[in-house]
Amino acid sequence: MSDNKTLLVIGGGFSGLTAGIEAAEAGYNAVIVEKSPYLGGRVAQLNKYFPKLCPPLCGLEINMRRIKTNPNITFYTMAEVERVTGSPGAYDVTIKLRPRYVNERCTGCNACAEACPEERPDEFNFGLSKTKAAYLPFDQAFPFQYVIDDKYCKGPSCGKCKEACKYDAIDLNMKPKTINLKAGAIVLATGWNPYDANRIDNLGFGRVKNVITNMMTERLAAQNGPTKGKILRPSDGKPVETIGFVQCAGSRDENHLQFCSYICCMASMKQALYLWEQNPDAKVYIFYIDIRTPGRYEQFFWKVKDNPNATLIKGKVARVAQAPDSDDVIVEAEDMLSGELIRQRVDMLVLATGMEPSAKTARPSVPLTFNEHGFAVPDDKGILAAGCAKNPFDVAKSVQDATGAALKAIQRIVGGR
Amino acid sequence: MEKKIGIYICDGCDINEAINTEKLEKSVRNLPVKRHNALCSPEGVELIKNDMKTDGINTIVIAACSPRVKYDVFDFPGSIVERVNIRELVAWTLDPKDELTQAAAEDYLKMGITKVQKSDLPEPWVQETVKTILVIGGGVTGLTAALEAAKAGYKVYLVEKESELGGYARKLYKQVTRTYPYKLSEPVVGDLIKEVESHPNIQVFKPARVAKTDGQPGMWDVTIEMNGKSEVLRIGAIVLAAGWKPYDATKLGHLGYGKYKDVVTNIEFEEMAKKGRLLRPSDGKEIKSVAFIQCAGSRDPNHLPYCSAYCCSSSLKQAKYVRELSEDGIAFIIYKDIRTPGQYEFFYKEIQNDPGIMLTKGEVTGVMEENGKLYVEADSTFFMGEKIKVEADLVVLAVGMVPATKEPQEYLDGLTKAAAQGDEAKKAYLESTPKPEFILNLNYRQGPEIPPFAEKNTYGFADSNFICFQYETRRTGIYAAGCIRQPMTIAEAQDDAAGAALKAIQAAEHVAKGIAVHPRAWDMTYPDPLLLRCTACKRCTEECPFGAIDEDEKGIPYYKPNRCRRCATCLGACPERIVSFKDYSVDMISSMIKSIDVPEDGLMLLAFVCENDAYPALDTAGINRLKLPPNIRIIPLRCLGSMNLVWVADALSRGIDGALLFGCKFGEDYQCHFIKGSELANYRLGKVQETLSRLQLESERVKMVQLAINDYPRLPEIINEFVEKINELGPNPYKGF
Repeated sequence: MSDNKTLLVIGGGFSGLTAGIEAAEAGYNAVIVEKSPYLGGRVAQLNKYFPKLCPPLCGLEINMRRIKTNPNITFYTMAEVERVTGSPGAYDVTIKLRPRYVNERCTGCNACAEACPEERPDEFNFGLSKTKAAYLPFDQAFPFQYVIDDKYCKGPSCGKCKEACKYDAIDLNMKPKTINLKAGAIVLATGWNPYDANRIDNLGFGRVKNVITNMMTERLAAQNGPTKGKILRPSDGKPVETIGFVQCAGSRDENHLQFCSYICCMASMKQALYLWEQNPDAKVYIFYIDIRTPGRYEQFFWKVKDNPNATLIKGKVARVAQAPDSDDVIVEAEDMLSGELIRQRVDMLVLATGMEPSAKTARPSVPLTFNEHGFAVPDDKGILAAGCAKNPFDVAKSVQDATGAALKAIQRIVGGR
Repeated sequence: MEKKIGIYICDGCDINEAINTEKLEKSVRNLPVKRHNALCSPEGVELIKNDMKTDGINTIVIAACSPRVKYDVFDFPGSIVERVNIRELVAWTLDPKDELTQAAAEDYLKMGITKVQKSDLPEPWVQETVKTILVIGGGVTGLTAALEAAKAGYKVYLVEKESELGGYARKLYKQVTRTYPYKLSEPVVGDLIKEVESHPNIQVFKPARVAKTDGQPGMWDVTIEMNGKSEVLRIGAIVLAAGWKPYDATKLGHLGYGKYKDVVTNIEFEEMAKKGRLLRPSDGKEIKSVAFIQCAGSRDPNHLPYCSAYCCSSSLKQAKYVRELSEDGIAFIIYKDIRTPGQYEFFYKEIQNDPGIMLTKGEVTGVMEENGKLYVEADSTFFMGEKIKVEADLVVLAVGMVPATKEPQEYLDGLTKAAAQGDEAKKAYLESTPKPEFILNLNYRQGPEIPPFAEKNTYGFADSNFICFQYETRRTGIYAAGCIRQPMTIAEAQDDAAGAALKAIQAAEHVAKGIAVHPRAWDMTYPDPLLLRCTACKRCTEECPFGAIDEDEKGIPYYKPNRCRRCATCLGACPERIVSFKDYSVDMISSMIKSIDVPEDGLMLLAFVCENDAYPALDTAGINRLKLPPNIRIIPLRCLGSMNLVWVADALSRGIDGALLFGCKFGEDYQCHFIKGSELANYRLGKVQETLSRLQLESERVKMVQLAINDYPRLPEIINEFVEKINELGPNPYKGF
């Protein structure tokens, strides 16, 4: 169901969900279009939020219940907006649905995954584990519907999953579909990707063992992650006793992301707290330029700073190398306050990589301007932007922004001024 | 509605491998039962729809998967639908083809049937309401909220306490922008004021204050005082944007404020710049050098233990003023960290490229005057960590923000604490403490202002406790925005203001239809107490986390349904068991407990679980096929705060051996969606000792567990440990009575 009173939301992460649900609860139709097989976006991958250290799945669950109980909301997963034409108040939208190969008859019984002989790297866990080619993205995924990855599935020639499915839910010949919608306003909430750590030469990612990113650390700490929540270093599964955090890994950097990614300071502190929860004696070294914990997040910083096992070093990391005798990591940095050169050995090094707006690498097909960094520049006509598509935000600010964007979209829909 | 019950059992998803569904079917007497091998398939749904059509079935019990899935296919509007979860809670977690597994399935089905027998379809509480939005505060946040609501077609009243709109932003000379080209711009506040004053949907009251807020969302009568006159307005929902004050610089004597005329605050410097020339307060000479001291009072345990978020970009901006307004003017900024998050970083970069602006990290150790010259001394600087001494014509203290909600909050907190010590202490407090100006003046039993969102570390802010839900509020229909929530910049305050405006609109729209607001935004039920049996014990009026219940002179509660969030904490609190919702009542759960077949020789446990977090965790245990003990029955509750002690007594007196309560984390950083629910359940649990000793039972038979939604891997251990504990205690002596 869609008409010129409908709000189209591009992106089913926390900002997009918020914009869609809030508009729907105000009485408007909302259509949420998400490119991955599940809703929730980046926050679904997070173990806990700063500063409360509460699980994001809790808020997602409430939002999913709001979707389930609200007839004004329609959502599409594995869907991308292909074309937008028309003008504010009356857009025509073409959406392309990629084949899931599993239809809505799926009961989530897991028989297809059990039968599937193929494996794929689990991108939900940033490749730290594998799933079958027929898989559920994660155990609390919504919709609770399996999906088949056609990059790894052998197709109808194998068909073991189809045989195993008692509910006729598998269609290995499923084709992409195109649907057309009408919308009065559009909220772009395409979110962000972690900056590609491979591109930061001096920090050793992909070259030095046990150098991982902050998002990978979230998965290591998550109970539904590859290590069932135990923070073990990838090379040998050793429990981490010393950890380093490199702040602004790719952010505030002329050669990478020139802006500040807002969340990375708090994220590293949160991850230090994860580790201390498992190992209170673990030594934590944080290399930073400025500690940015605005507002009441300052208290969160104090929680970490006041821990005797925390060492904060103001200085940019110059070089990261493998220890000659082990899988340990050697970090070299200059302490900007003392001028001394620091060489610190750690079990594992976390790169606090920043957020690159998704639109930087995959420009959405909407008539909207984007700046050179990939952030949307809302024109306040009929297409609005919310959350990290617009600015680096934490979840709290994304929610505020997306709620406001929903209202601005409603204004376009009712033709108010 | 005359109920015609139909029962449907699904055989799919290994249910019939684990459970003898034929036997399950036969366990039901005198009601029609049907089985299907995939009830959620179009054929299965058709079976139900057909019965609805031909047999008039209107009350449907579906024993299949969790209610969290297949919600869209088992959707029968106008009918009562109960989903009995024999997949995740039975087939996927208990041993297949076991006698105890079978017993669990049969109990769950009986409980489900009992539940629908005791439920009715909801009918909303609909009154004549208005959708007018009241915005309190005419700064950037309030102006923006008013405009955004007005542009969506809503009537808005804006109340500003000063005679001019604009708040602190009106004092600004220039403003930092968050968007390209990241240059200084004209302050946005000027245009906002013009737009607000000319908008046909907005009426401004200034200088004015809210003298009284009486009633409930959609039906508030708000008394506005202006020019000595008062006027009562009917209001639907409220945006609270009362703003902030600069931190009192007289408390910063160690930084020379009040001692030296040429030490000023950033706000005062803004006013100086606005005059177009930078002249020294002491002698009127042109200022050539300015030293900025960051975090003047902020990030300081003795002053403001938080970061005020705007001061870094503000001082960078003011350094630019020095460069532009004063020929050869130079600026020196001494900071702890430069905090220009997100795209504000681009503005910082531009400042760093200016050779006339010097920045260093440092701890300011003092401001002093020597030979008629002003100096700032700082330690641990970039100069090899050495001490430096900077001479400046003027010193600017970047003072932080204090929310307008702080004074009322602190006063009321003190009052609550004093009152808890008795009437004398309360009287002494009232006499000795100056009463601050209140903002909302709510005529509510629980007090005149929005209570703090947590016990500590709130510093007077009126923020939400929930990261995911930024507009959560303990006073339904009243939404905080801007710097009373958190210190923030102008752009951030504008984002926030629009969000708060939408939430206010939603609240007005929902109460008009008689539907709850977040988080139960679909719920049409409301508490309907049987007041004839009320003993005026006041537990419901005291415990309601949202202040939804007032009292008359005799202490009889007066429910205000539009303030209610349907958590049913009142239902849990009531010792007389008189609070009911159409589909949720003390009797309903008691009856469900009574329908459990308690074996005469063998363990039986009960678990009351929060449906928002613990229940999904149990489901996920099922999805992961974790093994749970079979002799426990799960009863989901709207919130653990709705747990009535009589249920525990009912269970134990029927021979059930013990009860677990699964609720959300309470206390600091609580996770309960209804603020106080799990905490209150825990408090009530303390009272359970009495019941237990009256029944001559051990207190360990009832245990509360704080469980988060992602804690499902812990469930087998938690429940097994409890089973062991109860086994140690031995069977409930009431068994078989």
